[in-house]
Amino acid sequence: MRKVWIKWLLLSSVAAAVLAGVAHAASMLGPKRQAELVYLVRQDCGSCHGMTLKGGLGGPLLPEALAGADSESIASIILHGVPGKPMPPWTGQLTREEAVWIAGKLKQGFPR
Amino acid sequence: MKRREFLKTSAFGAALAAAMPSRAMACPAGLRGTGDLAVIVERASGSVLIADTTARETLGRVEGLGDLSHASATFSRDERFAYIFGRDGGLTKLDILEQVIAKRVIQAGNSIGGAISDDGRLVAVSNYKPGGVNVFDARNLEPVAEIPAVYGDGKRSKTVGLVDAPGRRFIFTLYDAGEIWIADFSKGAKPSIQRFADIGELPYDALITSDGRHYIAGLFGEDGLVHMDLWADDPKPRRILGGYGRGEKKLPVFKMPHLEGWALAAGRFLLPAVGRHELLAVDARTFEEAGRVKVHSQPIFAVARPDGRHVWVNFAHPDNDTIQVVDVPSLSIIRTFKPGRATLHMEFTPRGHEVWLSVRDADRVDVYDTRTFEKLGELPARKPSGIFMTARAHTIGL
Repeated sequence: MRKVWIKWLLLSSVAAAVLAGVAHAASMLGPKRQAELVYLVRQDCGSCHGMTLKGGLGGPLLPEALAGADSESIASIILHGVPGKPMPPWTGQLTREEAVWIAGKLKQGFPR
Repeated sequence: MKRREFLKTSAFGAALAAAMPSRAMACPAGLRGTGDLAVIVERASGSVLIADTTARETLGRVEGLGDLSHASATFSRDERFAYIFGRDGGLTKLDILEQVIAKRVIQAGNSIGGAISDDGRLVAVSNYKPGGVNVFDARNLEPVAEIPAVYGDGKRSKTVGLVDAPGRRFIFTLYDAGEIWIADFSKGAKPSIQRFADIGELPYDALITSDGRHYIAGLFGEDGLVHMDLWADDPKPRRILGGYGRGEKKLPVFKMPHLEGWALAAGRFLLPAVGRHELLAVDARTFEEAGRVKVHSQPIFAVARPDGRHVWVNFAHPDNDTIQVVDVPSLSIIRTFKPGRATLHMEFTPRGHEVWLSVRDADRVDVYDTRTFEKLGELPARKPSGIFMTARAHTIGL
């Protein structure tokens, strides 16, 4: 009984450490990388979604349009794309932390 | 005496300066043609530059054109006015000589380019939202016709690949519906519309050849393109190059290719393949595959030098720092170079002696000699994208 409890405690602290690591990594995006990501979203995502992100061939990426989706699922679309649609997977060019950061910023209203 | 002359001169000078504001600086003679001018879109700042392609210098900047990401331009028959199609539904009539906005309307929520009729009297705009094509009087931008792209049970489709065709017609493609429509304005302001359904999945762009005969739409949703011979008694869309990807998995497409700027050279079209590092060569008579060219990355534009001997190619993000030049008779690459990150667009001078490239991330337009590949000059520009020379006024489909 006690063993199980210790195991659970160990596991959860590992999980907490992993979570903390992720959060840490996200906040570790330096200002230079953040500026690069803003530029990428405005200029390159902008070629389909519009530079003001109100949509084009791809849908709008404004806070109202994304209100129903959480950052994790948006990040997952960024990383894996939408099969059968033009949205490509950005894995390889963006890390998970970067995708989550972009998703969060999109939901808040993306910086200029 | 001397003093009086000085007074006279300076008074005259002041009067002259008052009468002819800034533009007088660019053309002190007050008269000039527009045949060697270009409009350069500055996509991020809602402005355009007007450039003299002979002097290789900027004459002026016009601001206040809205969201110009993916903006394009067509020209009036007299080459004095440019019609600029913005992303935000803005349609701007630009007076190139006076360097002012002659008229501007917001005609939809979200747009993707336009066309001018063969008689120069109608300007059509292709819209994503609400899906359809709006047509305006080229003189004053007053509305002439609205063509909602309605399909299925009343849904509206985004429209793409809008071009002019001889006989006061516009042709366009419905992205969501997979249809091609021909709107014929030969009988006046109310068009007769012909619809062709089931052309294929997600047609993303189209072109018309400069003889006005062939309309070709590219498909994103499946391998292949759609061809219509407009000279046929009963034109019908038919599939060409079906299965050019041979069932191989498409690479992720970080930017949709463009078919405008298509290259017909030496009896072959060269077109960018979707999701592949290839150009497709199509026989211009049979419309069967006539070879392929392996290129650096996924091609965006494949533009023929006006004589047709070479085709210049640029590429999708993240390989958009590179240009390749293809020799058409041998289908081989003869040149690869890197003008800079985000080389977005190429425009040849009308007879092809120079090419102008927009290098977005360097805030620069570069001018190259097309035979020696030597860089001849550069012009500063803010995040430049499309470059449009006025000679487009006289080409079907541009």
